[in-house]
Amino acid sequence: MSETRSRDVTIPIGPQHPALKEPTSFSVTLSGEKILQVGVRLGYNHRGIEKACESRSFIQSLYLIERVCGICSHSHSSCFVQAVEEIAGLQLPHRAMYLRTIIAELERLHSHLLWLGVAGHEIGFDTLLMYTWRDREIVMDLLAAITGNRVNYGMNTFGGVRRDISPEQKADILKAMDTLEERTKYYISVATEETTLIQRLSGVGVLSHDDAIRLGAVGPTARASNVKRDIRKDDPYAAYDQVPFEVITSDLNDVYGRTLVRVRELMESYKLIRHLLNSLPDGPIAVKAPRKMPAGEAVSRYEAPRGENVHYVRANGSEKPERVKVRAPTLANVQAVAHMLIDRYLADLPIVVAAIDPCFSCTDRLIDLTREGGGRCDVITWGQLHDYSLRWYKKQGMDLSKLNSRFKCGESS
Amino acid sequence: MAGDLFYILIFPGFLFLVVFALVADYIDRKLHAKFQNRIGPPWYQPLADLIKLAAKEDLIPRQVDPWLFKLAPVFAVTAVVTAALYIPIWRHGTPMSFNGDVIVVLYLLTIPTVTFFLGGWYSRSVYSMIGAARSIMQLFAYEIPLFLSILAPALLADSWSLGGMSLFYAHHPWYALFNVVGLFTALIALLGKLERVPFDIPEAETEIVAGSFTEYSGRLLAMFRLALSIEMIVGAALIAAVFLPFGLNLGGPAAFGLYLVKVLGIVALIALARTVFARLRIDQMINFCWQFVAPVAFLQVIIDLIAKGVIAR
Amino acid sequence: MKHPGRMVRQVLSSLLRKPATVRYPFVKVTMPKRFRGRLRFYAERCIGCRLCMRDCPTDAIQIRKIADKQFEADIDMAKCIYCAQCVDSCLKKALESTPDFELAQLDKNNLRQTFRGQPPASQKPPEDPQGKP
Repeated sequence: MSETRSRDVTIPIGPQHPALKEPTSFSVTLSGEKILQVGVRLGYNHRGIEKACESRSFIQSLYLIERVCGICSHSHSSCFVQAVEEIAGLQLPHRAMYLRTIIAELERLHSHLLWLGVAGHEIGFDTLLMYTWRDREIVMDLLAAITGNRVNYGMNTFGGVRRDISPEQKADILKAMDTLEERTKYYISVATEETTLIQRLSGVGVLSHDDAIRLGAVGPTARASNVKRDIRKDDPYAAYDQVPFEVITSDLNDVYGRTLVRVRELMESYKLIRHLLNSLPDGPIAVKAPRKMPAGEAVSRYEAPRGENVHYVRANGSEKPERVKVRAPTLANVQAVAHMLIDRYLADLPIVVAAIDPCFSCTDRLIDLTREGGGRCDVITWGQLHDYSLRWYKKQGMDLSKLNSRFKCGESS
Repeated sequence: MAGDLFYILIFPGFLFLVVFALVADYIDRKLHAKFQNRIGPPWYQPLADLIKLAAKEDLIPRQVDPWLFKLAPVFAVTAVVTAALYIPIWRHGTPMSFNGDVIVVLYLLTIPTVTFFLGGWYSRSVYSMIGAARSIMQLFAYEIPLFLSILAPALLADSWSLGGMSLFYAHHPWYALFNVVGLFTALIALLGKLERVPFDIPEAETEIVAGSFTEYSGRLLAMFRLALSIEMIVGAALIAAVFLPFGLNLGGPAAFGLYLVKVLGIVALIALARTVFARLRIDQMINFCWQFVAPVAFLQVIIDLIAKGVIAR
Repeated sequence: MKHPGRMVRQVLSSLLRKPATVRYPFVKVTMPKRFRGRLRFYAERCIGCRLCMRDCPTDAIQIRKIADKQFEADIDMAKCIYCAQCVDSCLKKALESTPDFELAQLDKNNLRQTFRGQPPASQKPPEDPQGKP
């Protein structure tokens, strides 16, 4: 980072800014058009969902967790449901797994199409926005017909899914896949041949392979830096271990690479959905789940369209969860953003931020520590939490000080 | 005298320009929408926008210089309307023509950009200052190709007045073919002057909110927007007069109709450009203009010089 | 082959196509049958188990006893998140989702809907089953 001189300007991008779809604060120090420093502040979307789950029953928390995000709602819902099903030891019928996976892939479709449009809008290419969102409507209508809503599908329940796919709907989905595949091939050709688009996206937001691993990038952001990590392959859940598909990577390391990764993932999703529909097993769509979950804890991972989604659930034998923790993929990617923007132009900021597919609604969770016996609430920074956890583990007899995991996201509050 | 006043203020002066600007704005937005498979605004939308803006309160931020802040839009509108007075519409020349008015028109068309810069710079808001600086940087990139492209046909016609040029090309219509390259570069430079995609960098909504216009509201913003729309038709009319000088001999309503067709045709091309390109970055734009557009415009000058030498013999 | 203006042909052919926009509200849009819109309560089937109240994430539905084996439901459309968990939880299928999504009201009090059944013939004349508008 270069030092700031007196004639450098600091401009606020956010919390309200036309470039951002959700409130975040980037405090950008500029010298002319060059970015010298970026300060990231998160937390504008914090709604206290994790705490709210502790005073609601599991089935109520399911709908609450689903509404953490609108675009990746099924991923949060499925991740939570998987964690609870693991605690309760439920064995799902195969049809339920397949249906969950089909909805997951449909969600990936609409999320990536949305992203293509948003990326087009950020670089001033509104036509791409209009065309991709028009095609996205096909997916939204499909989802409305199958699940009952265009977003926040409410498809999951503990032990399976709530709705089934009829043969007419299956035919509709297959026809839609053909249409969308045509359109996606067109978008691939536009992305690889339109000069102005390539000029805006190439060489921008460069994240090398080592930096991607060091900063903890996940999802298409990491896969475009040739980090071959995809939870669907590394830690299969739902029906992913029964269908063949490829993990798309690119070695371009920049926003253009991320564009290509996402568009090619669209093509993979079409293949996945067709395979799942054609090999859909018969059977029930849910098993009965208890109201009181046995005591236990589980961590569940899920490949949301934006990357790895991690949920931790702890149950204590009652009807209400004791602790729910959500780690959204954007939280892992946002540290890479500050790194990618240094020494780049201001004009690249919107597209670099958009390239990680930010979903700050998912991201903003908080650590709130109440001292025992005092009732006093503190908010501590990541650094303080790190020290606290080292001291705690030392009391248990483990020395973890060699682990280097300092978070720099958002400064002390 | 009364005839001149009518020409300046009503038709084809200020009032006609305002109405025509609203019509051209509507056609631009409707075409842009249809290209994108949408419906687009109804015909009264640009007028409704103008009235809405004019009816709102002007908020003058505390840290600006109020005189410059308020005068900048006025200068923008005045300059473009004055530039329109010299462009032939239905006959060769206008009541205000004189030898050298090509240069005057080009300079008058530079004034709006300078007012955007002044308005943005003296707004003292971070976004406006960046937008203003980009405005001027962009001016350096497209101004030379625009000047060269417009002056090359003037060289061939051996006249420095738009009326004289159109008379020359009316007598020798095939010589207009020498200027095809110039038409191409003038259209690109016009996109830069009008600050439209792919060159709408000074007003990049997703980066700097609204660039120079961020702090403007109410009637002042209405005037800026009006200046931009009128600049579009004046620029299009200039290109039509210089590079497409057909039909002025028909005189009267037929020539006027042809003028409308030419200007709206160029507006349609501008709408197409807005639809199919992404926005460039300022450094990419400057590179593109200096490495490609300016040399081609220079080439056009050379072609016309050679042609002139050949014709003279 | 890279060139600018790759989308020109599609864009020009869009001129001839019908716009993709639906002129709502002049053109009515209907949602699919299974769309989770406004809730509807059949008072004659309700047995008062209140499982729907227990499972509702937002306490949007209240079941009240108005007579022996007769219940009325008070649904707050503003609180409801249209998840249809109550529909699934109900043992007697007394609740169902309709595809109606145009629920906006000018008066906030109209957002609360009360569903009553037909009272027995010995009592007052039958009321409008939808209760207050």
